[in-house]
Amino acid sequence: MAAPRTLFDKIWQDHVIGPQGEGTYLIYIDLHLIHEVTTPQAFEGLKLAGRRVRRPDATIAVADHNIPTTDRAAGVAGITDPDSKLQVDTLERNVREFGIPYFPITSLDQGIVHVIGPEQGLSQPGMTIVCGDSHTATHGAMGALAFGIGTSEVEHVLATQTLIQAPAKNMLIEVNGTLGTGVSAKDVILAIIAKIGTAGGTGHVFEYAGSTFRDMSMEGRMTVCNMSIEAGARAGLVAPDEKTFAYLMGRPYAPKGAAWEQALAYWKTLPTDPGAKYDKEVHLDAADIAPHVTWGTNPEMAAPITGRVPDPAQIDDPLRRAAVERALQYMQLAPNTRLTDVPVQRVFIGSCTNSRIEDLRAAAAIAKGRKVADGVVALVVPGSGHVKHQAEEEGLDRIFIEAGFQWRDAGCSMCMSMNADKAMNGERVATTSNRNFEGRQGKNAKSHLMGPAMAAAAAVTGRLTDVRDLG
Amino acid sequence: MEKFTTLTGVAAPMPMINIDTDKIFPAIYLKTIKRTGLSQWLFQEVRFRPDGSENPDFVLNQGPYRQAKIIVAGDNFGCGSSREHAPWALVDFGIRCVIAPSFADIFYNNCFKNGLLPIALPQEICDELMEDAKRGANAVLTIDLEAQTISRPDGEIVHFDIDPFRKRCLLNGIDDIGLTEEKSAAIAAYEESRRPAKPWLFGMTRRGA
Repeated sequence: MAAPRTLFDKIWQDHVIGPQGEGTYLIYIDLHLIHEVTTPQAFEGLKLAGRRVRRPDATIAVADHNIPTTDRAAGVAGITDPDSKLQVDTLERNVREFGIPYFPITSLDQGIVHVIGPEQGLSQPGMTIVCGDSHTATHGAMGALAFGIGTSEVEHVLATQTLIQAPAKNMLIEVNGTLGTGVSAKDVILAIIAKIGTAGGTGHVFEYAGSTFRDMSMEGRMTVCNMSIEAGARAGLVAPDEKTFAYLMGRPYAPKGAAWEQALAYWKTLPTDPGAKYDKEVHLDAADIAPHVTWGTNPEMAAPITGRVPDPAQIDDPLRRAAVERALQYMQLAPNTRLTDVPVQRVFIGSCTNSRIEDLRAAAAIAKGRKVADGVVALVVPGSGHVKHQAEEEGLDRIFIEAGFQWRDAGCSMCMSMNADKAMNGERVATTSNRNFEGRQGKNAKSHLMGPAMAAAAAVTGRLTDVRDLG
Repeated sequence: MEKFTTLTGVAAPMPMINIDTDKIFPAIYLKTIKRTGLSQWLFQEVRFRPDGSENPDFVLNQGPYRQAKIIVAGDNFGCGSSREHAPWALVDFGIRCVIAPSFADIFYNNCFKNGLLPIALPQEICDELMEDAKRGANAVLTIDLEAQTISRPDGEIVHFDIDPFRKRCLLNGIDDIGLTEEKSAAIAAYEESRRPAKPWLFGMTRRGA
């Protein structure tokens, strides 16, 4: 009998074309998602070498990182920043030249690349999915092996539909139990990263297992998988189950009819076999997870909202102590400050981590009947045109606007602040995005990561807030 | 890709853990559609003051480190974003080797596509090399990729490990795509075997709506 295999082992082995020698393999890529920021140099390379795109039918393009989230009716012509416009123009020219399907920025189908993949039914169990973006792990929520690549690898995939890779190790992240009231998927992944560190997953692919993930919505699983990279993992996976299949069925790019039945039969073979071995295991109890916020300058610097800013004097390792001291200096936070005493000037609800309909519903539930605090600027940026449309059907836009939030068009926006959406003058931000690095959301911006209900709570109180206290 | 055989140069000390790719190359400059000339934005936030002048406290603005070819850094170098602009900017500045206890996976991969050698060594050895790197004009290391050695200023030799495939590609300046294209028959055979078994994976991005 064959040795029991993990979900990762099965997907990996199904995609190996052959050994490339010395521990590396040539693997096949099923779906390549491309966007405006990490592809211009790849297409330039293709053109210089006279190469074509091997599988335009397995490639799809969208602009998301760099585009404005206001005044989008005029399309690319309406982009006022000349560098941003050039980058989106370049993408449009390249997809035309190479025959690659594309969602224009005026289309309802446009959105953040990691939101639209699952939403359109493009991201499916058992696939290999790559994109020139580190948050590609999001698609692992569908049971796909999905990971971020650099631009040279984008060019390699465009030209050959393959990548040269060394196999990853398997790491099990098991969480069991029911999440408490007010505790979201974001809190689960922040708690995991705080436990294992930003390099805890290096060289590994995570498989998220246990009743907490089984009970989680597909959107919640996407939030968790999205931030796998913040723990250093190459990818994160959740085994496909009935919830996955129900989510996919009928979506525009999902298989239909006989092909659906054939695909479904295959997808059901993917979950990890009983007895399969993981190289590392981490176990958490859902009951121990409180709403989290970050206090520092990388995602592992997170704590329960009921806690305090740490004291570097209590840290023995000199490099770690220096890192925390530097983080607190940048964040302008004194050791032992109660987290709920930290004021914010800006709130961002959006990003590939938390911009799906469920996230907007959670934020709107807190915003409803309340007002954004004086001196706070709050943005809600839906993950896609369809998410925006659905939210408007449900009246969520009215709730946000009446509470004083700005209601924007879909894009990456303040997650990385390549467009006009950014924190000004070193403002402190409550953000549902994925990275709190120095300067990520604007020069000297001080970012606190959290879930969407927590961010809405911070918007209405003007400080970091335990959403459970708002009732 | 430029070959990497041997390298002798000044090593700059960056004794920080988790130096992320946003720090190496801030997102706002990702609007470029070029891969050359990016060193002007390398470490931009810490290298320059708000008025655009150099920050004298930043190591690459100091004396011999302006000509640094090597960086010695803390754990988890290159974490965060997949942006290849980070290695492009390092190479454009003249950095051809980074030594650290560990690297983030995507950054590590990206280095090898650009003739930049990332060397992972145990913390104790990195600590010693960090002390070497603090010696200013005397912080000269020699890297020999073929022999997999680093020669320290005092003449001591340190060995490092590297994946043999990546080593061969760097030594010969091999273009990955060219190498893979030699396997195009195997790729085509894989596709043909897959088409009847998993037909839903073909034509898929043309199928929608």
